[in-house]
Amino acid sequence: MSHSIGMDDVRGSTPRPGADDAVPLLELRDLAITFATSNGDVEAVRNAHLTVMPGETVAIVGESGSGKSTTALAAIGLLPGNGRVSNGSIIFDGEDITRASRKRIVELRGSSIGMVPQDPMSNLNPVWKIGFQVRETLRANGLPSGPQDVAKVLEEAGLPDAESRANQYPHEFSGGMRQRALIAIGLSCRPRLLIADEPTSALDVTVQRQILDHLDTMTEQLGTAVLLITHDLGLAAERAHKVIVMYRGQVVEAGPALELLTNPRHPYTQKLVASAPSIASRRIASAKKAHVVTGDDLAPAVPVDAAKDSVIEVSDLTKVFKLRGSWGRSTDFTAVDDVSFSVQRGTTTAVVGESGSGKSTVAKMVLGLEDATSGSIRFDGVDITTLGRKDLFDFRRRVQPIFQDPYGSLDPMYNIYRTIEEPLRVHGIGDSKSREKKVRELLDQVALPSSMMQRFPNELSGGQRQRVAIARALALDPEVVICDEAVSALDVLVQAQILNLLADLQSELGLSYLFITHDLAVVRQIADHVAVMEKGRLVEQGTTDEVFDNPQTAYTQALLAAIPGAGLELPPEAA
Amino acid sequence: MTWYIVRRFLQMIPVFLGATLLVYFLVFSLPGDATAAICGDRGCTPAVVAGLREQYNLDEPFFVQYLLYLKGVLTFDLGTNFSGRPIATIIAEVFPTTAKLALMALVLEAVFGIVFGLVAGLRKGKLFDSSVLVLSLVVIAVPIFVLGFLMQFLIGVKLQWTNPTVSGDATFTELLLPAVVLGLVSFAYVLRLTRTSIIENVNADYVRTATAKGLSRKRVVVVHVLRNSLIPVVTFLGADLGALMGGAIVTEGIFNVNGVGNTLYRAVLNGDGPMVVSIVTFLILIFVLANLLVDLLYAWLDPRIRYA
Repeated sequence: MSHSIGMDDVRGSTPRPGADDAVPLLELRDLAITFATSNGDVEAVRNAHLTVMPGETVAIVGESGSGKSTTALAAIGLLPGNGRVSNGSIIFDGEDITRASRKRIVELRGSSIGMVPQDPMSNLNPVWKIGFQVRETLRANGLPSGPQDVAKVLEEAGLPDAESRANQYPHEFSGGMRQRALIAIGLSCRPRLLIADEPTSALDVTVQRQILDHLDTMTEQLGTAVLLITHDLGLAAERAHKVIVMYRGQVVEAGPALELLTNPRHPYTQKLVASAPSIASRRIASAKKAHVVTGDDLAPAVPVDAAKDSVIEVSDLTKVFKLRGSWGRSTDFTAVDDVSFSVQRGTTTAVVGESGSGKSTVAKMVLGLEDATSGSIRFDGVDITTLGRKDLFDFRRRVQPIFQDPYGSLDPMYNIYRTIEEPLRVHGIGDSKSREKKVRELLDQVALPSSMMQRFPNELSGGQRQRVAIARALALDPEVVICDEAVSALDVLVQAQILNLLADLQSELGLSYLFITHDLAVVRQIADHVAVMEKGRLVEQGTTDEVFDNPQTAYTQALLAAIPGAGLELPPEAA
Repeated sequence: MTWYIVRRFLQMIPVFLGATLLVYFLVFSLPGDATAAICGDRGCTPAVVAGLREQYNLDEPFFVQYLLYLKGVLTFDLGTNFSGRPIATIIAEVFPTTAKLALMALVLEAVFGIVFGLVAGLRKGKLFDSSVLVLSLVVIAVPIFVLGFLMQFLIGVKLQWTNPTVSGDATFTELLLPAVVLGLVSFAYVLRLTRTSIIENVNADYVRTATAKGLSRKRVVVVHVLRNSLIPVVTFLGADLGALMGGAIVTEGIFNVNGVGNTLYRAVLNGDGPMVVSIVTFLILIFVLANLLVDLLYAWLDPRIRYA
């Protein structure tokens, strides 16, 4: 499909606030955005159409590089220095602002169009207090900016104890609190339109839900229209009246949220609907009710009696860190508190929890990268916490990790061949000829061409890098692979591919996975067993179906309720 | 914080001991007899030589000499140099001139370096940026004595805007030209450092957010870009202050400034061991103090840094 679909093509229309006054609040017509690069001009967005009515929430969905953020940022003149609107027009409230003066744009920013950015960690200036950063927003837009006004704005965004919090620096805030501060700033001047650029993708699911709920309530009360940018179709469908799907700089489909989900027309949208974990997890739930088997459930059904053989048994595992205090004193911090679980051979066990729950520390201890304070980790019956240096070295052959960030976990100076071959060389396996053969096989297993051997990590996409990381983990024919957030840095489509690959490798090679993740939607797809961690303690464990269908603790219930799209009613066969 | 400062001062003790030991050893192992330097070409009578050897403990083993020297320092007695003047008096006499020169150079390089770096960083790739970059490269590449003599000749001798050399009074106007020369190389570094830092921060997420809040361009640059960009620059300036205090040997030589650098240079030429050790030790202490100052400034600029 080469042409785009404008909002004229929208199928049906849902009643929405302010729909009867026909003047759209924001309208992008035939928008094209071009970036000047050293290789000439690159058109990042073409023929983009979109309309936001007053008070309406519109979501733009797409993968990274689809141009969704660029399109939205162009509306308030926030394109990076080398970008410009090369065609089309941006109309805000009847006024063409495509070529508006800088003065006019500055007037509109904050007071008419607010923004909530993506990453709460990098979007607050680290050297100024939160209160200062709110106050300057109010002052710049000519609103009263006394301490009580600042506190009121922060309170509205759900920040407890706002008056004293205003005197703290961003680094003293948690991610969720920072995002609340950013929402406070974005809405402080009562804009008519709020651009929310992946406002919660960096946050834990439960926090994500709270923040989005709060944002919904606030924008509804204030009558603010929202342009929500997200990569998660489930989240978009749940939050927005209208969804616009972007792919490679073009709007490929647009329509009311639920209709788009149940009846996607464009092949890309169909793929998105098929692979978004939040939706897939929803479908599995519906399918279970209807007793249908869908292709979404990647975990093989394990016969109960086969599950007797534990390859890893963690019992009473505890990790205490010493935190350095002032005057040379130190305090104890218990990161992992008396945790016991096991991984059955040939199955996937997921350890789920929010950041700070201790799940990654568990993974590190199982890998032998961090010493346990007490407790035991039995691998095939042998306690690895007592292993000597040499035995530990042998143990590492049998347990291999795949880490979250495929950009950080591959040495940029090693080519792909050397990256995958290194573990073989370190463990003295084979000669150079047999090692090369092995590397070819491994690349074949992870569906990468062997021509890739001479390339370097920076020439590869995120998904390709993660395949290389998997190949490297498999090089030593391990029995257990520990995936520490192995797919959370990837786009949904790539995520689905990697999950499928991991599932295929498992049935082919009989691997056992210990899957560390915060994403319950992924867990539903891939895990046989789930262990839920909260603040260092294991609060619940069981088979995936048990935990998902009948969660015992309030914490697990909250986690499950927080999966985006949980409220959507989908027929099991929708795909 | 108090604990941190106390600790930093305690850390100065090993630095002081190590540095003095090293310098003392270097001077001790210089070839030739120290008394020959005092007596000059005419030579001294054996009785005078013996007296000198006695006065400076030259016949003791190395460690005894060093410990005797340490004892002197700890009792605030730096001893006398080879011409018999108290070393403490000499330092007290020349240090103010050097400090004045160093501070003037520091202010010049900081003000001009930051302003030029800011403008260049905001106009990356434009004419101003490119020309300033080339200019700074020239300043860094050409040796300081070339620049020094060139500017002395042009401004002092040809144009006669100022005295080519500095008198004993070392007035502000006289020191201006030497300060410019002294700060020139660091100016180029400050400029480049500021420029890089600005370019990095201009594209930071929080700067974009600040812009989206509706702040004016000026406010975004001054409040959000500049303060964050100054953090590495301040580190450099602080370290440079220590270097300027002692590293002005060439500049002080060219403009005949009666400062620490010149005095140290003469002491080295004369083989005046006690003088060299005392001045170098003094400079090391200043350097360590300047570093402490930087670390405290750093914490003030960047609230994420908290010392415990």
